[in-house]
Amino acid sequence: MKVIRLMIVAVGGQGNLLATKVLGEAALLAGIPFRMSEIHGMAQRGGVVESAMIFGDAKSSLISDGEADILAGFEPLETLRALGKCNKKTVVITNSAPIPPFAAAVGWSAYPGPEDLQIQILDMAGSLNSFDATTLAIEAGNVMAVNMVILGALAGTDLLPVSAENIRETIRNKTRKNFIDVNLKAFDLGFKQ
Amino acid sequence: MHKLLTDEPGKKMLLLGNEAIARGAVEAGVAIAAAYPGTPSSEISLNFFQMSQESELYFEYSVNEKVSLEVAAAAANTGVRAMCIMKHVGMNVAADALMTLAYVGVRGGLVILVADDPSMFSSQNEQDSRYYAKLSGLAMLEPSTIEEAKDITIRAFELSEELEEPVLLRTTTRINHSTAVVTCGDISPPKTKGDFTRNPMRYVTVPAVSRKLHVRLLDNLARAEETANQSSLNFTEGKGNWGIICNGVSYTYVSDAVQELGIEEKATILRLGFSHPLPREKVNSFLAGCDRVLIVEEGEPVLEEAVKALAQEKGKLLPIGGKSTALFSRLGEFNPALVREKISAWFEVQETLHDKQEPLIQAELAPRPPTLCAGCSHRATFHAVKKAAAGMDVIYPTDIGCYTLGMLPPLGMADFLICMGSSTGTAAGFSRTLDKKVVTFCGDSTFFHSAMAGLVNAVFNKHNFTLIILDNGTTAMTGHQPHPGVDMEKHGLSGFGKIDIEEVVKALGVGYLSVIHPFKLNKSIKVLQEAFAYKGVSVVIAREICTLYGKSLKMPKMKPFYVSDKCQNHKDCIDQLGCPAFFVKKGRVNIDPDRCTGCALCAQVCPENAIRPVKTNDK
Repeated sequence: MKVIRLMIVAVGGQGNLLATKVLGEAALLAGIPFRMSEIHGMAQRGGVVESAMIFGDAKSSLISDGEADILAGFEPLETLRALGKCNKKTVVITNSAPIPPFAAAVGWSAYPGPEDLQIQILDMAGSLNSFDATTLAIEAGNVMAVNMVILGALAGTDLLPVSAENIRETIRNKTRKNFIDVNLKAFDLGFKQ
Repeated sequence: MHKLLTDEPGKKMLLLGNEAIARGAVEAGVAIAAAYPGTPSSEISLNFFQMSQESELYFEYSVNEKVSLEVAAAAANTGVRAMCIMKHVGMNVAADALMTLAYVGVRGGLVILVADDPSMFSSQNEQDSRYYAKLSGLAMLEPSTIEEAKDITIRAFELSEELEEPVLLRTTTRINHSTAVVTCGDISPPKTKGDFTRNPMRYVTVPAVSRKLHVRLLDNLARAEETANQSSLNFTEGKGNWGIICNGVSYTYVSDAVQELGIEEKATILRLGFSHPLPREKVNSFLAGCDRVLIVEEGEPVLEEAVKALAQEKGKLLPIGGKSTALFSRLGEFNPALVREKISAWFEVQETLHDKQEPLIQAELAPRPPTLCAGCSHRATFHAVKKAAAGMDVIYPTDIGCYTLGMLPPLGMADFLICMGSSTGTAAGFSRTLDKKVVTFCGDSTFFHSAMAGLVNAVFNKHNFTLIILDNGTTAMTGHQPHPGVDMEKHGLSGFGKIDIEEVVKALGVGYLSVIHPFKLNKSIKVLQEAFAYKGVSVVIAREICTLYGKSLKMPKMKPFYVSDKCQNHKDCIDQLGCPAFFVKKGRVNIDPDRCTGCALCAQVCPENAIRPVKTNDK
């Protein structure tokens, strides 16, 4: 099977690890070979959380610079920071709603403007789908569901070897009961983006 | 039921590397396990701790790695299967026990898992634990994938019993924190009770005994090498006279690269999963079929040096590339592209597969360093210490824990750190050679781990410093593991004691001791001033529960605060405290009510009393 490399970046607490877990469980359900790895040591303390998913017949679980087929960002600055993983064919999907790091939030350092983001991403990657996933998550019923919105958008691209229906089923079976409806709604709102 | 206790052989599960290792141990019938938490190994212990509540497995969080190894070693010498889990730097603490345990050996299988952290994602150094295998003379196994991690754990227990020696199981972060599909095997019911026959001339390592035991160890090492030569964990793949020798995760990068470069017919890979003692016979016959060899290993050139020595012994002259040829670095973690590039350079194959892209020239991006949480009591303590020390010339040695993040601005409260527990020892040294006030910090778990010993030393030797024990009621940094000061009843768990740090400090004969509640700022400053003025060892315990831990215990939430119109924009709150609940919008300071925990620290810092608790009809 052709190897597809998906890189997901987020700020600690945004649910990156749950999103990759859902995708992994969906791949297991569909019988698709995959492996993934994550860096999450400082996650609870506002640091960056990265995960890599590799579908297909590869043994390694890490994505090198320039080798991501898809980059999904839960926060625009973190998408920008991860651009080194992209090449001219990489499809980028990103939340456009910023979470400024503390220094930027209080004005000690600058946060890049939305146009800068757009220009820099398109300079490095093949295509960009940027939308306000945070607002959609709130619309679905919980700001915490940004991860499901992005997951929906990923499924909507047809680039993943995992079907949207497999992911929906995994959300039903593997996410917390009280959040299933919100998660499914968030997924569908993202799917339409 | 805990998912790793699922007794359905053949079931496929999505597991983190650390979960796969824990599952492997369960399938092997581990009866007793002990650990001190440390990333990247933490989730192994976490799963053991959870499983021990609902199975026959005994698991404990010991005060440090040396103690955990001692616990496991004794159990294994009664014939039960035991495991001890640590991160690489924990091995330094356990090393004293390890070196002589290798002489004594074990009866039941003892697996010592050590998790290395190349690139230092969450560690103070990137030492290579393979040297501990060499140093101790013990066998070492290294998995390359998650699927293998489970099976190799089982094999490690068997090997330990065959050799009657502990076996070192080494991982790196990329194994611990990768996830893949693992197929469950049978669970062997653990043998939880053993026996022990007195034989001091065999088990008590006085010199006369140890001299014989050293001979025993070397015999066992020779047996281990025979086993390594036969082991299916050391296998070759591909064909051709270009040789690549690799271990651990490097094998996955090598294997992918050989395929992507299309050199399967030219290159043979020797993967060493049973890497110490070096299977010399196997390596020799591999070298015999090669005319050019590349060694691919993260960390130190351990294999490279051993293979070169072997080639020399056999009088075989061939180019052997690796770190000494400046192809690979001794720094950091490898990745697939790097390994592919070095393979193509060493064997001179064209790499056409991936278009190289010019590296992005990015404007300096706002960094996002980890910070002390909103409402973290350490922030309050650090602020109080700064206020109490105003006008004094102070040095702040610190220790390993969340509070190490206090090094960042605006707090900047960390001047020196070498290892877990070093707060008290280094403070002693500084106080002898500097004309400065020495104020040092350690956490509650760190106190029990090894800072306590430095405090005993300081009292005896009459050193002169103030130790601030940041007691937040848990081992916060690694994910809220218990320690001897934790009230386990709060978790609904019985069968544990509780040790009061205050009583321990008192019993050690410390001359000045106070307890502060750091969110009571003025009171805390006053007490700290008293402590700083004391000549000799003074201790202040700053006691306030970790805010994240409090949340997980479902403690009542306090009202968030907001910035009222009285604010004159001094920004003392931001500039002095740096709490991540703050943000500035249109030049005005705001507090995010979702992040504010209502600790009221900022309200006490504000010169205008402009920061107030949210009332229902306020805001």
